[in-house]
Amino acid sequence: MHHRTFAQIEIRYFYLLLAFGLAVVLAGLVAAQQMEAHGHIISGMNNQVVWGLPHVFAIFMIVSASGVLNVASVGSVFGRHVYKARAPLAGLLSLALLAGGLMVLMLDLGRPDRVIVAITNYNPTSVFAWNVLLYSGLFATVGLYLWTLMDRTMGGWSKPAGLLVFVWRIILTTGTGLIFAFLVARQAYASALLPPLFIIMSFTWGLAIFLIVQFAMFSWNELQLNPAIQKRLKNLLGLFVVSVLYLVATYHLTNLYFSRQVAFERFILTQGGFYTGLFWGGYVVLGSIVPLLLIFMPGLGQARCVLLASLLVLLGAFSLLYVFIIGGQAFPLLIVPGYTVHSSFGDGQLASYAPTVFEWALGAGGLGVAFVIVTVGVRILNFLPHDDPRQLMEGN
Amino acid sequence: MSCNHDQQRRQFLSRGAALTAAVSIAPGLMLYDFARARPPGEAANPAVRWGMLIDTTQCESGCDACVSACNKENGLSGRTLPTDSQWIRKLELQQEDTGRKISMPMMCQHCAEPPCVDVCPTGASFKRADGIVLVDKHRCIGCRYCMMACPYKARSFVHEPVTDHSGATPRGQGTVESCTLCVHRVDQGVAPACVEACAREGHQAILFGNLNDPKSAIAQRIRSVASVKLRADLNLDPGISFVGI
Repeated sequence: MHHRTFAQIEIRYFYLLLAFGLAVVLAGLVAAQQMEAHGHIISGMNNQVVWGLPHVFAIFMIVSASGVLNVASVGSVFGRHVYKARAPLAGLLSLALLAGGLMVLMLDLGRPDRVIVAITNYNPTSVFAWNVLLYSGLFATVGLYLWTLMDRTMGGWSKPAGLLVFVWRIILTTGTGLIFAFLVARQAYASALLPPLFIIMSFTWGLAIFLIVQFAMFSWNELQLNPAIQKRLKNLLGLFVVSVLYLVATYHLTNLYFSRQVAFERFILTQGGFYTGLFWGGYVVLGSIVPLLLIFMPGLGQARCVLLASLLVLLGAFSLLYVFIIGGQAFPLLIVPGYTVHSSFGDGQLASYAPTVFEWALGAGGLGVAFVIVTVGVRILNFLPHDDPRQLMEGN
Repeated sequence: MSCNHDQQRRQFLSRGAALTAAVSIAPGLMLYDFARARPPGEAANPAVRWGMLIDTTQCESGCDACVSACNKENGLSGRTLPTDSQWIRKLELQQEDTGRKISMPMMCQHCAEPPCVDVCPTGASFKRADGIVLVDKHRCIGCRYCMMACPYKARSFVHEPVTDHSGATPRGQGTVESCTLCVHRVDQGVAPACVEACAREGHQAILFGNLNDPKSAIAQRIRSVASVKLRADLNLDPGISFVGI
C-alpha cells in the first residue's frame, strides 16, 4: 500500500489553493476586459454613483495594505521583538494587498490603456496624482524594508527602513482619506476627520487580515500561537475596533451638529433603507460589537474566537466602506439650497445602484491577486513568524 | 396706383418678415459682443472671460430647446438614462417656504476655481485662458474623480462606445465630458447653441458674453440686476450667474 507523505499532501493543497486564487484573478481580468470592450454600461455604476463596488474593494485593500504594516512598525520602530518576528509577513501582506487594490483601481478606469498618462502628465494639485507617487513609493520602501529584514548582512538597516515605511504609510493613508476629504461639495465627505479615520481603519483592518493569515499559517504547519502573543494581538485588535467606532461616531455627531448636514445624516442613520441596515447591522453590530464581545467576553478570546472576530471586522470594513462610498454618492447634491428640485438627471433624487457580476468579479480579482502573492510568498520564502521563548519570558 | 400700393405692401411685409427673423434668431449673435473670430493657432485671450447670465423669469417650464440644441450640436443621444450623457439639463425648482416654481437650465458653471481641474490627476481637466473649462479627451483616463468633485453634477461619463460622431465635439467611451460652452462656436465668433436656441424660442433667458468687458451686454446687465451664483459659499467663482432665484 502506498502512503502519501505529508509533503506530498501539502503540495497538493498548495497547488489547489494556487489554482483557486488564479481562477479568481482570471475572473477579474475577464470582467475588466468586458468592461473595456462594452464600456461601464455593463456595470451598475452611472453618472450619479460614479464610484461603485470596485472602489470599495480597491480602497479596502489599499487602506489595509498600509495598516497591516502596523505589526512591522511596532517591531522595528518601537523595538518590540514579538512584533518584529512578524514584520516580514506584514511586509509581504502589504505588498500583496497594495498590488490587488491597485489592479482593481486601474482596471476600473474608463481608459486603463492610458494609465501611463498618470505618470507622463502629472497634475501636482491632484491628491490622486500624489497617491500615484505614494503607492509606488510604498512598493519601493516596503521592498527595501523586507530586504533589510531578510538579508542578515543588512540587519542594521532594518530600523531606519522600518521608520521610513512607518512615516510613508501614515502619509499614504492620509492621502487616501484626503481623496474624500477634499470633495468640498459632497455632504458625505468634506471632513477633516477622514484622514485620521482612514489611518485608524487601516490599523484595524490590517491587523484583522494579519491575524487571519497568521492563524492559517500556524494551522497549516500544525503550530499553536503562544497564548501571551495571542492575548496581546487580540487586545490590540479590540482597541483598534473601539477607536474606529469612536471616530465614526464623532464623524456622524459633528455632521449632526451642522444643520445643513442633518438631512444626509438622517438618510444614513435612519431612513436610508439598505444603507442604514448595512451601517447598523453590518458595521456597528456584526463588524464591531460582536468582534469586541468575541475578544473581550470572559470565557471567549481563544484562537477561533479571534479568527471569527477578525473575519467579522472585515465584514464590517466592507459594510462601512460601502455605506461611505456608495451611500455618500446616492444622497443627492445640494445645488440650489432652499428649493426642492427635479430633473432628467436625477437631481434631488436618491440615486440607485446595484453592482453587477462584473464589478464583483473585478473586486474579487484584486483579492485573488493578493491571495496568490501571499500563497506563493509564504511557500517559497520563510515568512512564518518565529517566536523566541526567551524574549517572550522577558515580556518584550 | 393700386399696383404700386400692392408692391409697397409686399415690400413692407417682406422687410417686416426679415426684421422679425433677425430679431428672433439673431439675439444670441447680437448679444454676443465680441468683434471677431479667433484665428486657428491663436491662444485664447486671457483678457476675456466668457460667461452667461440666466434669467429664470424668462425660462419657461417644459421648454427644452436649449437641451435639444446642445444634444444636436454635440452629437448626444438625448436619452436620459442614468448612464447617458447630459451636458445641459432643465431643473424644475420649487421654493421650500413659498412654493414658488422656477425652471432653469443647468450645465457646467465654468468656475474660475474649478474643483474638477484641481483633482484631475493627469491635467485632462483644464481651464482655458478665457475661462472655459474643458476636458482633453486624449488625456482623460476615466477615473471620474472630477465627477466626484463637481458641486453641480455637470459632468457625464461615456458609458458606451460612441457610434454617433455627428457632433462638433470629439467624444469617446471611457472618458468624462461636459458642456464646452460650445467652444468651437465661440472661437468662430458664434454664440453657444443653447443661447441661440433659447433666443429662437423667443425666451431670451440666456445672455452670453465677455464678463471682463464692462461695455458688454452681459456685464452691464449683471451690474443692473440682482443675480446669484450657485453654491457661492464654495467660493469657486462660477462664470454662470442666475437671476430670479
